[in-house]
Amino acid sequence: MKTPVSWIREYVDLPDGVTTEDLTRRLTALGLKLEAIESTGADITGPLVIGRVLTMQPEPQKNGKTINWCTVDVGAANGTGEPQGIVCGAHNFAPGDLVVVVLPGGVLPGGFEISARKTYGHVSAGMICSARELGLGEDHDGIIVLPADAGEPGADAFDVLGLGEEVIEFEINPDRAYALSVRGVAREAALAYGAPYRDPAARSVPAPNGEGYPVVIDDPAGCPVFVARTVSGFDPAAPTPDWMARRLQQAGMRPISLAVDVTNYVMLETGRPIHGYDGDKLQGPIRVRRARAGERLTTLDGVDRSLSAGPAGDLVVTDDSGIIGLGGVMGGETTELSESTTTIVVEAAHWDAVAMFRTGKRHKISSEAGKRNERGADPAITPAAADRVVELLTTHGGGTAEPGVTVVGTAPARPTITIGYDLPALITGMAIDAATTVANLEAVGCVLVKADTTLTATPPPWRPDLNDPFDLVEEVARIVGYDQVPSVLPREAAGRGLTREQRLRRRVGRTLAGAGCVEVISFPFVGDAAFEALGLAADDPRRRTVRLANPLSSEEPSYTTTLLPGLLRAAARNLGRGASGVSLFETGTVAFPVDRGPAPIYGVDWRPTADEVAKLFEALPDQPLHLAVVLAGERERAGWWGPGRESGWSDAIALVRRLGAELGVGVDVAAATRTPWHPGRCAQLGVGGEVLGHAGELHPKVCQAFGLPQRSAALEIDLDTLMRQAREVTPGPDFSTYPLAKEDVALVVDRSVTAAEVGAALREGAGDLLESIRLFDVYTGEQVGTGRKSLAFALRFRAPDRTLTEEETAAARDAAVALAAERTGAVQRS
Amino acid sequence: MSGPNTDYDPVEVTPLQPEEVEAARDAALAAIAAAGDLAELKQARLEHAGDRSPLALANREIGALPPQARKEAGQRIGQARGAVSQALAARQAELEAEHEERMLVDETVDVTLPTDRVPTGARHPLTTGAELIADIFVAMGWEVAEGPVIEAEWLNFDALNLGPDHPARTMQDTFWTDPADHGVVLRTHTSPVQARTMLSRTPPIYVVCPGRVFRTDEYDATHSPVFHQVEGLAIDEGITMAHLKGTLDHFAAAMFGEGISTRFRPSYFPFTEPSAEVDLVCFVCRGTGELDGASCRTCRGEGWIEWGGCGVVNPRVLTACGVDAQRYTGFAFGMGIDRTLMFRHGIEDLRELFEGDVRFTTAFGTEL
Repeated sequence: MKTPVSWIREYVDLPDGVTTEDLTRRLTALGLKLEAIESTGADITGPLVIGRVLTMQPEPQKNGKTINWCTVDVGAANGTGEPQGIVCGAHNFAPGDLVVVVLPGGVLPGGFEISARKTYGHVSAGMICSARELGLGEDHDGIIVLPADAGEPGADAFDVLGLGEEVIEFEINPDRAYALSVRGVAREAALAYGAPYRDPAARSVPAPNGEGYPVVIDDPAGCPVFVARTVSGFDPAAPTPDWMARRLQQAGMRPISLAVDVTNYVMLETGRPIHGYDGDKLQGPIRVRRARAGERLTTLDGVDRSLSAGPAGDLVVTDDSGIIGLGGVMGGETTELSESTTTIVVEAAHWDAVAMFRTGKRHKISSEAGKRNERGADPAITPAAADRVVELLTTHGGGTAEPGVTVVGTAPARPTITIGYDLPALITGMAIDAATTVANLEAVGCVLVKADTTLTATPPPWRPDLNDPFDLVEEVARIVGYDQVPSVLPREAAGRGLTREQRLRRRVGRTLAGAGCVEVISFPFVGDAAFEALGLAADDPRRRTVRLANPLSSEEPSYTTTLLPGLLRAAARNLGRGASGVSLFETGTVAFPVDRGPAPIYGVDWRPTADEVAKLFEALPDQPLHLAVVLAGERERAGWWGPGRESGWSDAIALVRRLGAELGVGVDVAAATRTPWHPGRCAQLGVGGEVLGHAGELHPKVCQAFGLPQRSAALEIDLDTLMRQAREVTPGPDFSTYPLAKEDVALVVDRSVTAAEVGAALREGAGDLLESIRLFDVYTGEQVGTGRKSLAFALRFRAPDRTLTEEETAAARDAAVALAAERTGAVQRS
Repeated sequence: MSGPNTDYDPVEVTPLQPEEVEAARDAALAAIAAAGDLAELKQARLEHAGDRSPLALANREIGALPPQARKEAGQRIGQARGAVSQALAARQAELEAEHEERMLVDETVDVTLPTDRVPTGARHPLTTGAELIADIFVAMGWEVAEGPVIEAEWLNFDALNLGPDHPARTMQDTFWTDPADHGVVLRTHTSPVQARTMLSRTPPIYVVCPGRVFRTDEYDATHSPVFHQVEGLAIDEGITMAHLKGTLDHFAAAMFGEGISTRFRPSYFPFTEPSAEVDLVCFVCRGTGELDGASCRTCRGEGWIEWGGCGVVNPRVLTACGVDAQRYTGFAFGMGIDRTLMFRHGIEDLRELFEGDVRFTTAFGTEL
């Protein structure tokens, strides 16, 4: 809402010396937040003066243009009193006209400095200005011709043009619809200073009679009040007065024609949207009803719209010809005010805010009228607003106000709200006494009935937002001032600290950062391109996504099922920016659809039952927390210590094992095949029999698709699963201090046998005396034969209660080897 | 010292002559002193204290002396050998110390060599920032509540007094999941976590809810369709706006430093009434609006920074979520974590948070 300060001051007598800064500070404190203070012409430096055109000599030019060589009387403003010679390209003026002249030395908006310069064979000493050149609008069809009584040549033109006038732009919250009018802003200004206020909508209006334009309301809930007045004999060519046009522009609206401008002006003044019909095009009575199935309307923005029928459908205004407008939102083309309109039927109607909101949303119409109607305008001032329109039309357009005054319906009654006098103090913690509560509620226009301990307030008609006790508390409190709220710490309950899962999540992040990985947060949106690049098969479950109805980009219409695309792209971005290697991780939610039907919408007047709440939760997609890591390029740097090392499959698996160790979870590793990993270099990771995820080297095609070096590695696991398996309480370990017995064995197995299989057999075969087992070497070569490999394990034995004998250790070792031989065909290397 | 005992025993044993013993001792001491390193000392030990050294040989001759001469000769030899042995030990210690010193000097390395074999990792400032905030509240006895990002429409809107036709719904441009009439959205704020908390717990409730939220904003330097919020909810008997102010002042001081407080401006949120915007004293210019004679860039000269929204929980919300609105009151607040970090760290472009450039993230190290 943009409001010229002078307009506000018309309705409120602010104390002397109140500056615009003071005013906006106080209004901000009351809830009308200052967005900006604009001052038209603030970037203009004079001399900018009134000039009278003395002579104008048209001179055709070679380029086809005709310029006017003018002499202009600028009084003594040029220091000589002599006429000023100025070249002007416009033609919309004549000798004798008063114009606006900027003299050499002046600066126009955009830092445009004016000097006497040679052009078209003359020395042009200044410029005759258009509205656009002065930043007053877009009009550049010609120069500004001032009214004959604007002033004397040489006089300063700033005031005449309204330059330098301050316009305040407020950010108006949706509950304060009344402040979408100068009437409302001025009321708040009066409140801020306790200053006298004159309500522009308080006017005596002619009594309703049966002579007015006939109106029938079929849907009084949708349109409780409809006022119609008629002006005839209107001069459609009558210009909009300069002051009105200027105020419209200052408020951010474009002047169009007197009739339209008047309706807009009164809307800005009172907050009451007005519609004007061309009375000669109306056929028969105006009716208001809901749209019916199949009905259409071309609104005056030229859009042909299919209307929504039914009791919650669009409210329409009709006459005998059919639908002529979307009530309260936008008029139709057939009865639009035009340059030939001489009879104007003025509509000031009150519309149901919810219906307005729905229609605006449904048809994507965002208009100044709609904005006010859907937030709730004052229903009580419809006659006054219509009367004000009639006054302005007849004053400036020369018509006659017809005596007929139609008023159908009545303004809806306001609810009453009862509160204790102490409620504002109880809720805000401020020292607010009963007298302050009463005074402040009356100041905002509430009518009070006072009992001993409670008061009952009837809010004023312009405040549809006041419905509940706490609404009144806010009104009282904001006038007392939010700066009066004391700062007191509450008495907190005994908290239980972070949950186990929250602590584990921090641990996971710290572990990965400690392992040289950098955390990334990427957008969780995904599309087919990413799935293609990952090489996911058409039936891969990760392609079954939660789709968005209104994605930002049709390329990425889904919530992602995997964190890898975002990480792979970030890795490529880092390498592209010169990094020699990156290790990135991300923890984030992924989503899988569940198809358990829609989530119900319940009422809000009581708590849904436990079953109902469960139904809400059930309808939501599965949203596990995933962790993914991408390792690309150099993992260890080359340096004085020796060569560097590129990332590989084992780095990815190592990170999962390390996380397992941090969380006290044993991670099982098994060979697997899964996109987007290299089929021979992919591990499936498991914990406690549950699949955790996968890790290994990425498929060469995937590296290529994402622009990453070959052998880049990745992992993606379900972090929820890992954390669920984390030990809750670690039992204190028991360990023996008897001497350690060491046995190393080398076993030759077929190449397809995994180290994990051999290790598991050894562990089981060795029995309870085995303290630890570790694979320390893998050998392939002639000595073990083609297709075979040798795995060397270090076995460590210890008994809890004695020193082991050599025989005991050897027996345990032999049992281990025997089981490995039986399970995996291992042969001990001699 | 007495003269040679020639009248007792006719056998003269030359090596036991005092002159011989002294000569052998002096030769030994000289050799020991002359030993320049441990090897030379070892040689000197062999020559002058070994089994075949003159003093050792002389010692063997003692037995050949008549009994009354043995004592004196034994003392003489013993003293000489003791002196040699002491000198050896002293020299040994000396040379060992010298050797060790030289060895340590020889082993000198350039300790300024780089040690960055494995590059440094880092957690994202949004993660550590959210943890910092959580820790501030946990220290006050609050708990951290969380919920899903894909949320039921009823919890995201209706339960929070944002009915289907509430104009405020247009303030938040919502991502709907397909089909749009299935009542499932990407949460537009973390407030549904508050609703979930009220539905699942009984007061007193003191929870802070950090998390990722979504709005259909175009992506630019100050807007993102994906961003992060932290909200707080306190429900207890006798909770007032003053408690809200106290909590936010404490939060501001913990986050931005002592002396940084908040101010309230009336505002509107459907879930709170009364509602307020929270401004923060600009921690760069400390509220003066000026820095080094120029207008403060962080707060654009206003001395205050817009931080978030807050208010007293609307009793309608309490009712919808099963809290006895007659007995309990509550307050709630919310602010952007991204935005908070942007002005805390002077980050000019929001997109830096989401690009994944490791140079951005590692710069934060463990600062937060």
